[in-house]
Amino acid sequence: MAYGTSAVAKVDAPRSPYVRRRTTRGNYELYSWVFMRASGVVLIVLIFGHLFVNLMVGEGVHAIDFGFVAGKWANPLWQVWDLLMLWLAMIHGTNGVRTIINDYAQKDLTRGVLKSLLYLAFVIVVVLGTLVIFTFDPCPVNAPEHLIASFCPAR
Amino acid sequence: MTATLEAPETKAGAIPSFEVTLRVRRYNPESEHGEESFWDEYTVTAHGTDRVLDALHKIKWEHDGSLTFRRSCAHGVCGSDAMRINGRNRLACKTLLKDVNPDKPITVEPIKGLPVVKDLVVDMEPFFASYREIMPFLITNGNEPTKERIQSPEDRARFDDTTKCILCAACTSSCPVFWTDGQYFGPAAIVNAHRFIFDSRDEGAQQRLEILNDKEGVWRCRTTFNCTEACPRGIEVTKAIQEVKRAMITRAF
Repeated sequence: MAYGTSAVAKVDAPRSPYVRRRTTRGNYELYSWVFMRASGVVLIVLIFGHLFVNLMVGEGVHAIDFGFVAGKWANPLWQVWDLLMLWLAMIHGTNGVRTIINDYAQKDLTRGVLKSLLYLAFVIVVVLGTLVIFTFDPCPVNAPEHLIASFCPAR
Repeated sequence: MTATLEAPETKAGAIPSFEVTLRVRRYNPESEHGEESFWDEYTVTAHGTDRVLDALHKIKWEHDGSLTFRRSCAHGVCGSDAMRINGRNRLACKTLLKDVNPDKPITVEPIKGLPVVKDLVVDMEPFFASYREIMPFLITNGNEPTKERIQSPEDRARFDDTTKCILCAACTSSCPVFWTDGQYFGPAAIVNAHRFIFDSRDEGAQQRLEILNDKEGVWRCRTTFNCTEACPRGIEVTKAIQEVKRAMITRAF
């Protein structure tokens, strides 16, 4: 009798996990693979552009303060730039960690727990970040005076 | 009559010989070691022309008959004796002892990622299961031609590299992704799919690409090149996998 038939598989446990599971077929892994390459290239431009504008232009790193960030987010270009950077970096990074979990987690339970934690972290960061980019107001009305920035008209 | 025939008879012993120690990873659930695998060391006399397989033969025939390993042709064609020698997957019958530093003990282990049956013999069934899944046979439509199926030398050269596979599992069992849970199709299955996908006579490419587009298909390849390094036939395995990926992308977009 050949190895791997049911008679042999019954002998001991180490051989049982080696049944290939049927999986649903779709283009999901293909798109995720292509996305990793495409977003990687876009992220290089976005991140180095971000670093250049923040750290090199004008006074460079010494100019960064609350007012600098507030000024940047008053401009729709930087809103879109930062939003794109946030979303692409988060999807790119989450997808990368997802493949690492797939590669290294040996049990379905470990894999499930790790991935749920990952997706939870993803949702929190993306929702919070998007909210901040769009609702950011450097001079909120009715705020306590000691919290208002020095350049605000209310001060 | 020539001078060589009158010269004194050359004995095998005249070839310089050396002592070599083999550390063999053994596993025998029926022995007192039970489910634990253990190391055995054997020291044998070998010659410069000997391969690791010759040393294993010598151990089995002269020292310890219980040592178990697979080998059939013993000349690098059948693909039976892939094993992990000094931490790398090789064919024992193609690896000369002098090429793996016989000054130190040479470690010999079964290939990783497949369940061990005994000593160096592993259960190849998961490996062959994924091989069967990619349908390694000619698929055509329409009437059979009355003559042979003609193919140009250029069309034949397209997949020449991947026809060399001997299914020894050295590549698949060197792949870290395969080690995790054995669900990944593995390089060998993809190489053999490549052999038909790029064959101009075959018409089953779409089906095979669909199968390898699986969650556990080519997209789990991390291009670590372990398979290319392990292949005893010198097949550019990682390149073949990348070509299958490219075929899928051009198909999808």
